[in-house]
Amino acid sequence: MSKASTGVLGVFPHLDTATAAIRRLRKEGFDLTVYSPTPRHEVEEALGTKESPVRIFTLVGAFTGTAAGTALATWASIDWPLVVGGKEIISLPAFSVIMFELTILLGALSTVAGLFILGRLPHVGPPEAPMYHPSFTAGNFGVFAHAPRDRYGDVQRIMTESGSEEVLVDQR
Amino acid sequence: MSVDQSTVTRSAFHPDVESYEQVNRDAMRLLTPPGRGYLALLAMSVMLVGLLVFAELHNIIYGLGMIGDNWAVMITTFVFWVGIGHAGTLISAILYLFRAPWRQAIYRFAEAMTVFAVLTAALFPLLHIGRPWFFYWLLPLPSQRGIWPNFRSPLLWDVFAVTTYLTVSSVFFYIGLIPDIAAARDSTTNPMRKKVYGVLSLGWRGTDREWRHFTRAYLFLAALATPLVLSVHSVVSWDFAVSIVPGWHTTIFAPYFVAGAILSGVAMVVTLMVPVHKIFRLGAYFTPVHYDRLAKLLLLTSCIVGYAYGMEYFMAYYSGELYERDVFWDRVTGDYWWAGWSMITFNAIVPQLLWIRKIRQNLNAFFIISVFVNIGMWYERFVIIVPSLSHSYEPWKFWNLHMTWVDASLLLGSFGWFFMWFLLFLRYLPGLSMAEIKEVLPPPMKHHGAEHAAHDEGRMVVETLPTGYKEWEVR
Repeated sequence: MSKASTGVLGVFPHLDTATAAIRRLRKEGFDLTVYSPTPRHEVEEALGTKESPVRIFTLVGAFTGTAAGTALATWASIDWPLVVGGKEIISLPAFSVIMFELTILLGALSTVAGLFILGRLPHVGPPEAPMYHPSFTAGNFGVFAHAPRDRYGDVQRIMTESGSEEVLVDQR
Repeated sequence: MSVDQSTVTRSAFHPDVESYEQVNRDAMRLLTPPGRGYLALLAMSVMLVGLLVFAELHNIIYGLGMIGDNWAVMITTFVFWVGIGHAGTLISAILYLFRAPWRQAIYRFAEAMTVFAVLTAALFPLLHIGRPWFFYWLLPLPSQRGIWPNFRSPLLWDVFAVTTYLTVSSVFFYIGLIPDIAAARDSTTNPMRKKVYGVLSLGWRGTDREWRHFTRAYLFLAALATPLVLSVHSVVSWDFAVSIVPGWHTTIFAPYFVAGAILSGVAMVVTLMVPVHKIFRLGAYFTPVHYDRLAKLLLLTSCIVGYAYGMEYFMAYYSGELYERDVFWDRVTGDYWWAGWSMITFNAIVPQLLWIRKIRQNLNAFFIISVFVNIGMWYERFVIIVPSLSHSYEPWKFWNLHMTWVDASLLLGSFGWFFMWFLLFLRYLPGLSMAEIKEVLPPPMKHHGAEHAAHDEGRMVVETLPTGYKEWEVR
C-alpha cells in the first residue's frame, strides 16, 4: 500500500457532509481512510468500494471441510475395517453428518481468517492512518485524507467547505 | 400522531433513541459498577457452581452409581441446555439473513445466552462419561491401538455437531463483539478496562477497510450458522431416533426437536430479557414491538411442538405397534403421568394465551409464561428419555427413576454455571450491540434530515427503513 503516511483528518458529525467530502476529495485524487461508527452503504458508495473477497475464503474453507470430513470418516473406517450393524464399511449416509459439520466448521473458521487477513486484524505496527478520534466509535464520521504536507491547505479547505466541524492536521 | 415518510429523524423500532451517541451512553451504562442485587445473584450462582463441583467430585470418588439410573437426569439436562442455545442463533443468524430490523437490539443477549447454554450443555457429556479427563477419547485421534471412533454412531455425530456449534457460535459472538468492544475501549475511563478492551478489540477503529470485510464476513458466518443450528438439534434428536427404543424411533424427531429447541430458547431469552430490561430501564431498546415478535415466535413454535405431540400419539395409535402404543399410553397414565401432563400443559397449552394481544404485551404475564415454558421444556426431555427407557420391550426390565442428590445438585449447578457466565458477561462486555443498533437508526444528516423542524412542530417523524419494512405499531 502506497498511501502517504501524513495527512489531514476531518471530523464529521453528519453522514451527508462526510460523504460529500469523500466525493470531492476522491475527485481531487486523494487516498482516503474513512472511519464510521456503523457500516453505512452511503460511505461505501461514495468510496466506490468493491465487493469484499472474503467470500472466496468462505467457499474454499467450506469445500476443504467437506473433503476433510469425507476423507476422515472414510480413511478411519478403512484403517480398521469393522462391520457394525451389518452396514457397509463406507456408509456415506452416516458420514454425511460428519461431512456437513466439518463443512460448516472449516467454512466459518476460514471466513474469520479471511476477515483477519484482509481487514488487517489484529492491528500491530503503525495503523493505516496515523490519526484517530475516540468519537468515531460513538457518533462521528471521520475522513482522513492521505496527503503530503504541501497539499494540506487544499484538503483543509475541502473538508471545511463540505461541513466538517473539526479539521485536525498531522504535524509530525 | 402524524407519520411523514418524506423526512427522517427516528427509527420506527426505537423512537426513543435520539442519536448515535445515546446508544453508546446507554450501552455503557450496563457496564457501570453494579448494585448489591447483582452481587447477591452472582454469589448465589457461584455457590451453585460450588455445589456442582462438589457433586461431581463425589461422583468421581464414589463412581457413577451416585447418579440415578441410565444417566437419565444428565442426558435430560444436556438436551435441555443444547436446545436453549438455539434461539440465540436463530435471532442472531437467521433473522440477520431475513433482515428483520427487530433483531438488532436483542441479538447480543440472545447470542451470549447461546454460547453459555452450549457451554453448560457441553458439561454433561463430559461428566456422564465418569472419567471426564478421558474426554479426548471421544475425538478421532490416532492412538497406539490404531482404533477409531465409529462414524456410523449418532453419538459421534453429536460430538462433531456440538463441538462445531460451540466453536462457530463463540466465533460468531466474538466477531460481532469486536466493534462494540472498540467502542467500550474508546469511552471507558478505567485504565485497566481500557487496556483489556484494547487487546480484545484487536485494534479495531471502524475504518472503511475493516467494515468492508467485516460486513461480508458476518453475512457468511450467519449463512453458515443457519444450517448449523438446524442440524445440531436434529443430530441430538438422532441420538434417540436412530435407536429402536419405543417412543424414540420416529422420523418426526428432528423437526420436532428443532421446534422445541427454538421454543425453549425463545422462552429463555424472554426470561433473561425482562429482568435486564426492568433493572437497566432499557425501554428504548426493548420495545413492545420486540416483545410482540418474540411472543409470536414463541406461539408459532409452541403450536409446532403441540402438533408434534399430537402426531406422536396419532402415529402410535395408527401404526398398530403394541410397544409404541403402550409407551405413549404410559406417558400420560403411568408412573410419570405428572411429567407427561406438565410437558403438554406448559409447552402446548399455556403459550396459547399469547393469542390474546393484552397478554402478549404485558411484560409480567409474558415473563411468567416464559418461565412455565422453560420448566415444560425440561419436562419434555425428561418425558422423552425416562418413560421410554423405563418402559421398554420386556416387562422384567421395567424400572423407575430414583433421582439422587447428586443428580439434583448437577441440575441446579448447571443453572448456577449458566447464570454465572451470563452475569459476568453483563458486567464486562457490551450487552447491547452499539454498532448494529445504529444500523436501524436513521443516520445523522445535516441537509436532508429535517430533525429540527420536526422538533419545533412537536411531531414524531418516522423513517421508512432501508429494508423496505414499513410497519409502525402504536406503542
